[in-house]
Amino acid sequence: MTRLAYLIPMAIFAILAAFFIVRLEDVKRGEDPKKLDSVLIDKAITPFDLPPLPGRGEATGLSSENLKGEVTLVNFFGSWCVTCKLEHPFLMRLKELKLVPLHGIDFNEPAEKGMIWLAQGGDPYDRVGSDPNGRVVLDFGLTGAPETYLVDQQGVIRYRHQGAMTQEVWDAEIWPLIVRLREGK
Amino acid sequence: MRTIFATLLVCSLAFVPLALAVQPDEMLADPALEARAREVSQDLRCVVCQNQSIDDSDAELARSMRLLVRERLTAGDSNDQVVQYLVDRYGDFVRLNPPFKATTLVLWLGPLAFAVIALLAGVTIFRRRAHASKNAAPAPLTEDERRHINAMLKDGDAP
Repeated sequence: MTRLAYLIPMAIFAILAAFFIVRLEDVKRGEDPKKLDSVLIDKAITPFDLPPLPGRGEATGLSSENLKGEVTLVNFFGSWCVTCKLEHPFLMRLKELKLVPLHGIDFNEPAEKGMIWLAQGGDPYDRVGSDPNGRVVLDFGLTGAPETYLVDQQGVIRYRHQGAMTQEVWDAEIWPLIVRLREGK
Repeated sequence: MRTIFATLLVCSLAFVPLALAVQPDEMLADPALEARAREVSQDLRCVVCQNQSIDDSDAELARSMRLLVRERLTAGDSNDQVVQYLVDRYGDFVRLNPPFKATTLVLWLGPLAFAVIALLAGVTIFRRRAHASKNAAPAPLTEDERRHINAMLKDGDAP
């Protein structure tokens, strides 16, 4: 019995080591250790009304009312965001495919900068709201850029993707969820 | 030497305010309200840098949070209501001082549990050791040793 008691610290060490190794391997495989589950999944969006980018037309701003009635994607971006550049070609493809309305929120910069970025790189969005002080950003519980939210017909957040959207995430998570939401499940 | 040291100390203190993340244009005109904003900000985690408070962080998102804190306080929210507003959107993770509840039990009680285990183990081991040394009967002398001792006792001096 005494002999076995000496093994207890070693057992505790082994359990902790296993835990750390598993986490390290996850990170090595590319999982972001800073990833944070959103607490807003299945919660209704906080009402907001953002003005449009200059030169994009009069009624092209984004409000919470625009996110009701059908399944929509909301993509947070900024011309200062490097990963947004990486994600941009995929968003342009989404626009061509016309599978789902894609709205944008340009944040933490003056609206002019967002407009220049879209004019140069291409504009994949239906509506774009400008959020220069990041006020609406906080209501979505944003932790970085880019982030993309899937909002259902009732204006309830159903999914959040942190970082660049890719074909893999689209095929595995987002598109199946859109189909399910449209079927009313 | 002492003068140089004192000068250096004063200089380093003079630069402390420069390290502040809060920008002058964010501050509220009312000093009491601004003081409350600072207090609340120091307990809120910047979700970008994750180990800094929003009061320390230069991240844009931290700035947005600082502005929000001031906006809510100006609107008449209590300190707790402001914190709750952000907890509702970011979860308990946004608090640098996590609350004591079911999901944080391990966090709060884990170290205490380990201390208790260590204490119990220590007490048991020391008690057992003391017990063993007190009660263990010495091994009887061998025939050889007995003869040796008898010889020493008889001669008076060691051989």
